Amino acid sequence: MLRVCWKGAHAAARQCVCGKVKAHPLQLCRRYSTAGDSGSTAGKIVAASLLTVGGGLGGTILYAKWDPKFRANVEKSVPYSDQLFEMALGPPPPPLVTLQKKPGKIEPLQISSLSEASKESKQPKAKAKKSDPAPVEAPAAVEEAPAPTPQTLKDEECKDHHEPVLKERPAEEVTARLAQQDKAEQDALAALTAGLEESLGSTAKTTLQAIGAQEAALTAIAAHTNKLKEAMDSQTPPDEKSSQWKALNEALSERTRAMEEAEEALLKAKGELENLSGVINSSKQSKINTARPQILAAEENLHSMIVDLDKVVTKVQTAQTEAKIVSQYSELVNEAKAQFQQELANITPEIQANWKRLSGKLSADDLNSLIAHAHRRIDQLNRELAEQRVREQIHIEVALEQQKLEDQKALERAVVSALEHSREDMRLEQEKKAQEVREVMEAEMRTQLRRQAAAHTDHLRDVLKVQEQELREEAQEILNSKMMEQETHYRRLTQEQLDTFTLDMNAAYARLKGIEEAIDSHVIAEEEARKAHQLWLSVEALNYTLKSAGADFPTEPLEGAVGVIKENCAGNEFAQALATAIPEESLSRGIYSEASLRARFFDIRRLARRVALIDETRNSLYQYFLSYLQSVLLFEREQVAPPAKLAPEDLDTFKLLAYANYSIERGDLELAAKFVNQLRGESQRVAQDWLKEARLTLETKQVISLLSAYANAVGLGTTQAP
Amino acid sequence: MSEKELGQKWDRCLADCAVKFGTGLGLGIVFSVVFFKRRTWPIVFGTGLGLGMAYSNCQNDLRSRYVLHSKYFSFEQK
Repeated sequence: MLRVCWKGAHAAARQCVCGKVKAHPLQLCRRYSTAGDSGSTAGKIVAASLLTVGGGLGGTILYAKWDPKFRANVEKSVPYSDQLFEMALGPPPPPLVTLQKKPGKIEPLQISSLSEASKESKQPKAKAKKSDPAPVEAPAAVEEAPAPTPQTLKDEECKDHHEPVLKERPAEEVTARLAQQDKAEQDALAALTAGLEESLGSTAKTTLQAIGAQEAALTAIAAHTNKLKEAMDSQTPPDEKSSQWKALNEALSERTRAMEEAEEALLKAKGELENLSGVINSSKQSKINTARPQILAAEENLHSMIVDLDKVVTKVQTAQTEAKIVSQYSELVNEAKAQFQQELANITPEIQANWKRLSGKLSADDLNSLIAHAHRRIDQLNRELAEQRVREQIHIEVALEQQKLEDQKALERAVVSALEHSREDMRLEQEKKAQEVREVMEAEMRTQLRRQAAAHTDHLRDVLKVQEQELREEAQEILNSKMMEQETHYRRLTQEQLDTFTLDMNAAYARLKGIEEAIDSHVIAEEEARKAHQLWLSVEALNYTLKSAGADFPTEPLEGAVGVIKENCAGNEFAQALATAIPEESLSRGIYSEASLRARFFDIRRLARRVALIDETRNSLYQYFLSYLQSVLLFEREQVAPPAKLAPEDLDTFKLLAYANYSIERGDLELAAKFVNQLRGESQRVAQDWLKEARLTLETKQVISLLSAYANAVGLGTTQAP
Repeated sequence: MSEKELGQKWDRCLADCAVKFGTGLGLGIVFSVVFFKRRTWPIVFGTGLGLGMAYSNCQNDLRSRYVLHSKYFSFEQK
């Protein structure tokens, strides 16, 4: 069938196709025939369409070149246009860089400008620092300068930051800042004082050392000159001369050493003094008022040290000049002696230069030549002396002049140093006075301020007293009114509470009573229910025992179950009666089940049919045979529905058996038993036992059903609806 | 069981019949052989006798329920 359809479809399709195929060539032929005429028009049409298409394309490409947005749109909408555009125009222009980077750039610029400003501000200060006069104080000063300068710089920067957002700083911040500043001041002060003390101590030490050295040098110089003078006075014997000269040499060496030491000490002291002055200057610049007295004291110390040092130095210098004179004198004397020695050596070459041993080794010639030389020398010296006397005046004048000059110089120096010292003194005094005045002023100001503060506090106190009074009265009033309110409210509440409480108590009592009654009735009802349940259970047990009937053997004896029922319903008369109504046979032996009775009925029926003719009158063997024959030959329905009323002709054995069969097939054992009961004759005798069993079963079942109905009823009665 | 009674009766009947038949037959054969010179009529007679007895017994047995039993009572008027 499918193949037929398929074939049919194929044929139809083929027809269609062929039909179409057949149609086309005609059309084509037609076309070919008229090709010549319409060729030009077709060509015109083709050319026009090509032109328009090309124009459109070119226009879009040009416009896309001009307007990138348009290009993007076209690329989005038309699939492969992006490739075409790329081919024609090149890659699309990059998208515009967004302006998001600018704010980021601005911020670092600001910061850098700030840092630059800070750098610039730092630089001039550094320059100012560098242009300080004393280079020695630079290391000490630079340490202290950056400490105050960064603070000021920070303040400036903070100010710059706060300029756009000028807010009044809260009090806590101000106090904090003040505390911070105080602390910083105190720290700086402590540092300053420490520094000052340190430098003071070191300078004092060195100055003392220098002074000591200078004095030692002084003593050494004095000793040396004394020794020299002694040595010059050639009164001592030659032995001691040598020792003298040795001592002199020692003194000289000692003097030089002492001088050197003094020089060194002086240099150190001068350096320390310069340090100290530098420190003092820097501390002055730190502008901490509280350090002024200390600075003043330090300055005073410095000044005194300088003065002492200068004094000692001048002493040393005078000693030195004296020593110089003496040494010059000694030099001249030595020179003369050396000359004399030389002359002597020239005259008497064989005698050695040591004229200490002169006395023992000289001969007469030598002595003569020596005396002659000595005379000549004396003459010479006399002439020199005369010359000298003549030139004495000039020499003295020259010397005086020199002395005057030197004195003037010394005077000038002394004057200058004295001036400086006095100036320093004046300055120090001035500063001291200024300090005192300042303190006095400050004390006065403080007292004035205190007076003002006292007046203010008094005024405040009075005002506060008055206010306190007023507020207290107000508060008292409010308190009283509130108290009254609260009291009334409280009284009301307590009354309400009492009322509600009594109400609740009554209600609760009533409920309690109700509950108790309900519980009692419940108990009773439950007892009843329990009993009913027990009864029902025992009836169920009885029912169950009925099921224990087998195919051919009866149930267990129902004695036990019935006994249980009797126990359970001891107070129930109805149940007791029923329980006793159960036939004895069922109690002792049990009953047969309906099924077994049914099965047995078939045998009964057969037998009854066979002996249907036998009764009292007809009971010979021949009759038995006839009866059997009748049963064999009689055809009838096995089951016939029994009529409502029995007519006398229904009392036939066969009919009766048919009715009974019908009934028993429908499960109506009772009716069947009734019909079987109507049998007469041998059939009756045959069915006797069966009937008895059936009767027994029926009775027992009836009783049991009654009992179970009763138990159910009682149970229903006792169950309480939810 | 009342229904089995009939069956039992019939069993007895048959058994009795068999026995009586056999006995009759045997006696008949015996009599025939012994007394009546192997004639068939004693055998038949004996068999018949036996069968008849069996039949009668059977019938009586089956009838037993319906037979009225009487007793003589003598009672004096006092």
